[in-house]
Amino acid sequence: MDDQLRARRRKQATLARRNVYIETPKTESFFEKMSSAERDAFFAKERIRSAKAIKRRSVKKKILIGIGLLLATAAAVMAIIPIFYTFLNSFMSSAEISGNYGVIFQSLSGHARDGAKYMSKTPILHLVPQRVSLEQYKALMFNSPTYLFKFWNSIIMVVPIVLGQMVIACLASYSFARYRKRRREVLFFSYIILMLMPFQVTLVPNYMIADKLNLLNTFWAIILPGIFSTFSIFLLTKYMRQIPSAYIEAATLDGATEWQIFTKIALPTCKSAIFALSILLFIDYWNMVEQPIVLLTDADKQPLSVFLSQINDAEIGIAFAASALYMIPPLLIFLRGEEYLVEGISRSGVK
Amino acid sequence: MQVKFNMDKNRNETTKQDTKKVRNITPVDLDPVQRQRLLAQKKKLHRRRKLREWGLFTGYLTPSLAGVMLFFFLPLLMLLKTSVQKSSTNTDFIGFRNYERVLTNDAFISASKNTLVFALLAVPLAVLFSLLLALLLNSGIPGKSVFRSILLNPMMVPVASVVLIWQVFFSYNGVINGWEWIPHLFGHDKIDWLKSDQAQLVILIMFLWKNLGYDMVLFLAALNNIPTEILESAMMDGAGAFKRFFAIKMHYLSPTIFFVAIMSLINSFKIFREVYLLTGDYPYDNLYMLQHFMNNQFTHLDYSKLSAGAIIMCVVMIFIVGGLFFFESKFDADVEE
Repeated sequence: MDDQLRARRRKQATLARRNVYIETPKTESFFEKMSSAERDAFFAKERIRSAKAIKRRSVKKKILIGIGLLLATAAAVMAIIPIFYTFLNSFMSSAEISGNYGVIFQSLSGHARDGAKYMSKTPILHLVPQRVSLEQYKALMFNSPTYLFKFWNSIIMVVPIVLGQMVIACLASYSFARYRKRRREVLFFSYIILMLMPFQVTLVPNYMIADKLNLLNTFWAIILPGIFSTFSIFLLTKYMRQIPSAYIEAATLDGATEWQIFTKIALPTCKSAIFALSILLFIDYWNMVEQPIVLLTDADKQPLSVFLSQINDAEIGIAFAASALYMIPPLLIFLRGEEYLVEGISRSGVK
Repeated sequence: MQVKFNMDKNRNETTKQDTKKVRNITPVDLDPVQRQRLLAQKKKLHRRRKLREWGLFTGYLTPSLAGVMLFFFLPLLMLLKTSVQKSSTNTDFIGFRNYERVLTNDAFISASKNTLVFALLAVPLAVLFSLLLALLLNSGIPGKSVFRSILLNPMMVPVASVVLIWQVFFSYNGVINGWEWIPHLFGHDKIDWLKSDQAQLVILIMFLWKNLGYDMVLFLAALNNIPTEILESAMMDGAGAFKRFFAIKMHYLSPTIFFVAIMSLINSFKIFREVYLLTGDYPYDNLYMLQHFMNNQFTHLDYSKLSAGAIIMCVVMIFIVGGLFFFESKFDADVEE
């Protein structure tokens, strides 16, 4: 069949080349062969078949989406349960807490090195308190001022770091983005390397210089290196390099000074990045552990992040409330600035 | 059409006239002295503009550069100096003996081994799981943004706040041991998770819990950047989901994979926080991280050893990061071809 067709076509082509046209016989189409009744029957059948296929496909899709939803829900539950759990447990009365978890904290494997007592009992997860009480929060607020002091320590260190680093990073990244030259890229690259250095490396230099400047055991020992950390410069520079040069040229033609270009064009375009970075910085420093344990020897000056781990039997009653209180500021910031954060993270990865 | 044609014609004429005029007026040969003077003036202007630009560059950069110099680069040089001295009081030059002391120190070796093993486990797993999560969220399930914000939540929570919960879960009398099939899986009735050979696994879970959200957002952004036309045309050509993923999506995702790997590597060094807050200064052997080693040197005030250790780590980090960047640029070049 195929060969015949090909032979016919070849013949046709040779004839056409000689300007001789022959009329091809008209082939009857699939439907034209049928009678009208047959055709109707065929279409009716076909309609049912396609409807079935569509339905089958949509059911398959629904099942797949269901599975996906199930998996995503599982992941979400796993992600949220420790947070949820802390909040719910902070509303238990301290008697209930020590009833539930006393077993665990009598046998803590952490700070008491070999002092763990092994018991046969294990606690059951108690998500919902038997009776909601604000006892823990009350005790935290009025009876144990150390927690509040440490909370204040955290604030007093984190806020200047975030503000200071943002100001300095804006200036520096503008300079890297606008006055770009081959040789200056070397400096920029060394900044990136510095950004990528883990604390294990940077802490020793920080300690050395704090020792030399007599800053050890003061908040400045943490705040100053924090302010000059190059973390946000890298990202902000990436952002500022995306500002179209036409904007800047137009501004110079209109007689804007360099400072005006910086404040009126560069900063407003990078507003979302600046917000996102502030949030990231805040979390990072709110969470700091390495710097205080090395640079602050005074127990009074430690932030809450370090202090919270040193709970013992007696204080277990308020530990959940303290943990919950400590996560509230970052979570609030997250709720307010989630879109900035997501956008900031997203754009940091995409080139 | 007519009007436009006329305009073009007019303009051509005028420009022709102009060029003629210019040719008539400007002398082709300048007086050599005057030429010299003009060139000098031009050079001076150029230099002035360059100077101004340089001044602005340094002006904006100075606050940051001064701080970075004072707090990072200068002390690193100081470290280099102290690392070849006998001790902080005795400044005799002893060459590389401190490095030798550090590199043969058992604690340092085991600490770097633990840190490295953890990074080698954590980075690929973080990349893999966050990519799977991103694909899951991108597969058209409803409530994508809700899931995204829930999964991003752990990133916001300070380590110190969840330490309590991890203890409730993983201590000897904790919840995990209550679910008997889990310790049975490892062949014990009960395990003190953080003081066992499985401690790294526990820490790995905490690491993934905290970091998957961040990495996932990075992958989601990369997935959204893939041009849909290409995916559609591949679908028309009959490419299945797997073929589309490995042939097209992977191509667009590869820079993000590198970025996520670098970020995970950096975050894997921060796992010290969890370890320290959960187990203190001297954890179980396989949790003894480099930061523990450094901290213990601080408390012993052994500066020369400390600085040698820091310099070694610094060099290793520069090599790792430089290697990753080199690899990435090479890989990128391959991809673009």
